[in-house]
Amino acid sequence: MGELDDIVKEFLVESYENLDQLDRDLVAIEDSPNDRELLSSVFRTIHTIKGTCGFLGFPILEHVTHVGESLLSKLRDGELQLDGPIANGLLAMVDAVRTILATIEFNGTEGDDHYESLIATLDQLRTASNAPVAAVAVAANAPNRSGGIEEQILESMEDISSLVEDLKQNPRPSKKLTRRTSAPSRRAQKSGSTKGGPASRPDHVSMPAPESSPNEQTFAGKASASGAAGVTTDSAQEATAIGEFAATRASAQQGLPIAGSVASAAEPQAESGEKSQGLSESTVRLDVSLLDRLMNLVGELVLTRNQILQFSQSSPDSGLADAAQRLNLITTELQEGVLKTRMQPIRNAWSKLPRVVRDLAQSCAKKVTVEMEGADTELDKTILEAIKDPLTHIVRNSVDHGIETPDVRIACGKAAEGTLRLRAFHEGGQVNIEIADDGGGINLDRVRAKGIEQGLITPEQAAAMCDRDVMQLILLPGFSTAAKVTSVSGRGVGMDVVKTNVEKIGGALDISSVAGEGTTLRIRIPLTLAIVPGLIVTCGGDRYCIPQVSLLELVRLDSEGTHGRIETMHSVPVYRLRSQLLPLIYLDEELGLRPRRTDAERREAEIVNIVVLQAENRQFGLVVDRISDTQEIVVKPLGQHLKDLTIFAGSTIMGDGTVSLILDVAGIARQGHVLGTDGGRTMQEATNGKNDTVATKQEYLIVDPGDGSRAAICLSTVARLEEIRPETVERCGNQVVTQYRDKIMPLISLDGGFGGTCTEVGTISVVVYRGDQHDYGFMVGKILDIIDHAICDPDSVLGSQQIMGGQVTRIIDLSRLICA
Amino acid sequence: MHFGIEVLRIQEVIREQQMTRVPCASPIVRGLMNLRGQIVTALDFRRRIGLHERTTQKPLMNVVVRTHSGPVSLLVDEIGDVLQINSDRFEPPPETLRGVPRSLIRGVYKLDQRLLLVLDLEPVLNLSA
Repeated sequence: MGELDDIVKEFLVESYENLDQLDRDLVAIEDSPNDRELLSSVFRTIHTIKGTCGFLGFPILEHVTHVGESLLSKLRDGELQLDGPIANGLLAMVDAVRTILATIEFNGTEGDDHYESLIATLDQLRTASNAPVAAVAVAANAPNRSGGIEEQILESMEDISSLVEDLKQNPRPSKKLTRRTSAPSRRAQKSGSTKGGPASRPDHVSMPAPESSPNEQTFAGKASASGAAGVTTDSAQEATAIGEFAATRASAQQGLPIAGSVASAAEPQAESGEKSQGLSESTVRLDVSLLDRLMNLVGELVLTRNQILQFSQSSPDSGLADAAQRLNLITTELQEGVLKTRMQPIRNAWSKLPRVVRDLAQSCAKKVTVEMEGADTELDKTILEAIKDPLTHIVRNSVDHGIETPDVRIACGKAAEGTLRLRAFHEGGQVNIEIADDGGGINLDRVRAKGIEQGLITPEQAAAMCDRDVMQLILLPGFSTAAKVTSVSGRGVGMDVVKTNVEKIGGALDISSVAGEGTTLRIRIPLTLAIVPGLIVTCGGDRYCIPQVSLLELVRLDSEGTHGRIETMHSVPVYRLRSQLLPLIYLDEELGLRPRRTDAERREAEIVNIVVLQAENRQFGLVVDRISDTQEIVVKPLGQHLKDLTIFAGSTIMGDGTVSLILDVAGIARQGHVLGTDGGRTMQEATNGKNDTVATKQEYLIVDPGDGSRAAICLSTVARLEEIRPETVERCGNQVVTQYRDKIMPLISLDGGFGGTCTEVGTISVVVYRGDQHDYGFMVGKILDIIDHAICDPDSVLGSQQIMGGQVTRIIDLSRLICA
Repeated sequence: MHFGIEVLRIQEVIREQQMTRVPCASPIVRGLMNLRGQIVTALDFRRRIGLHERTTQKPLMNVVVRTHSGPVSLLVDEIGDVLQINSDRFEPPPETLRGVPRSLIRGVYKLDQRLLLVLDLEPVLNLSA
């Protein structure tokens, strides 16, 4: 950055803020082009920037802002009506100013771009006239204000004449300037009032402004330019005053009030003076790093208070207990206060969005308004920074993909203008942010098709997927249904990055959509990151902390409760909590502290402590050794050697001085396969109700048992398919067996009997099933086919009839036949 | 084996502290310890250089070094003296260096009875390399 003066730094900070305000105002003005308040405010802001940069010696910046200011002055006076091109030009000027400021910030100088084309555009916009109507309306006001005008003119005239004296005494580069300067003053003295002007020079009245004004305006430009060049600041301002006065002369000749320019030129100074005094009394500008230091110190204080509390509880000294209690109260209040200093209203993150939406809507030829609700909702500053980009991306998606073009909307019976509604509110210890559009909604069929096309899901999965899961496809990397890639979106990089960023700060993202009506995206994020309440649990002899925000409930099972209540599905333990199946993760197994338990061990545990947690809308139970109390813990980030461990979110110092690790709930869920990392089937989905799961694809062996019907056997249970000769079938007692690979293999006929005689001639088809102790051979009439079939819950369909391959087929559980 | 670390990089030397193990982390990470309110990662220096596990149960020593991301501790068997050695005794690591990965050694000092291996701290502390 180099060594920038403090003054320049302050100028930059204030100007950035002013530019943000300008963005908002300009977008607002487009909706109400005749709002004089807004116009004046915009004019004043640019005027302020221009004035300061002239003083600090930034000529390019001054030139750009001056041209903008001239254009704004015409708007403010009603000579021009704000329309699309003018708004675009002004916004382009704002962007140019921002760029120049950034160059100043990083290089110390303005850079080489003189922005000639921008200046030319602004000039052109300014000199084109488009507001006869406005002129008439405004002219009506003229008579009321002429009384004060005369005094103002006289004052200006005095200024001018003193400047003329000044210029006369100092050698000026061009004599023409002096003559030109005196010309308007002579004319002013002659006329003496606005009314006199037009009256005494009737020929000027009919002259259209554009022709006369260029002279005055260029004069004004030259005057202020040369003023800035060599003369002192005061004179420069007066020369500018001349410029303005000359401009007002031109407008006077059209019969329009000059009150606008002259009066309000005096106003801004007075107003901004008063305003700044009010603001400076109630706010303090602060370096963010100072606040961060404060937060750290408060964090340390919280830890020490925890320690003192622990000591005081175990000590009989009542004086210590009292002091510890007071310390507790004070620390809590201090903590709340410091946390508040870092809280900012979400308005700060939303403020740029109207401009983004406006520019984007324009380029897509759509009309969109932005509504904001709950802009005062407060968030920690770091969280605010983290969600700025995700919010922008989501908004761009809504405008680009969600909201339809006006003609499509009208055809659907909607208003031509789409609405983007931003909502923020506190709920359940978290901040909820909703971005809703009333566009066309997410086309689930297109999403399905794209998912298949991009190989993310198979056609069977797509057919059996519920709507909610189809929508989750959008969050996968690389996914996009945009027909073409624009500079705005379509490359499919966005939504997964949004999801990652939201999750990085401990938040969750949710999408819901109704076709034809619109889409809503909901982000839920914790209020603060640094000091959180946590539940202390013990596992394998060590203590771990679980952030309370993810905690739903605690369940303790004694031996009566565990027996039979912990079931196993696909070798994953689950627990039936009320009506829901909760997948279980055993913390000691996940941490590698002990090998995986067998199903029997799980079922027969004496006492099971389950912490029911929620990660990304999925619930699961974490089995721990012991559950202790809840404490406020200060989250300290993991060091460089540990930050890649996804199951830990940080560490903290407990009351007794030992270090404890903080579990990352989503990380544990992912490692325990409760959450899928790639949108595929997860344990949670398999245990949900049948309507709500991603179907699994299973291969089934289709056979004819011998009676012409169809039966299906899960191929994963089949070891081999054999053809045996009837001669090799022997009877042994009441069993039918054959010699298979040097062992005796019992043969079972598929209708359940061991003793059924086979009636086939030729070879017998045998499906070999590997059981616990030996192989079993199932005799079938004919082996028909192997097909893939999507089944929501394979275990539940055993024994039932399904339609597979277009025909009714009975699914057989071979293991049950053996037990029979 | 004797190793040398630049004194200016060392924040302090402290005896073995109570540590919290970190499951699922690399075996080189012995655990986390509380150093006056700061949570410091302790690395097992033996495991880092690939030496066999020690046979005695003598308490270890923590050598806490400064890094740009905070202090990190190296667990070593013993601490020796602070030596001031003339730089003309410094040599690049010999080709025949055995028992220690060469990337971790910046060079050697020839002392009277033995060689002092000077550690290059950056690669030593960087476990992902």
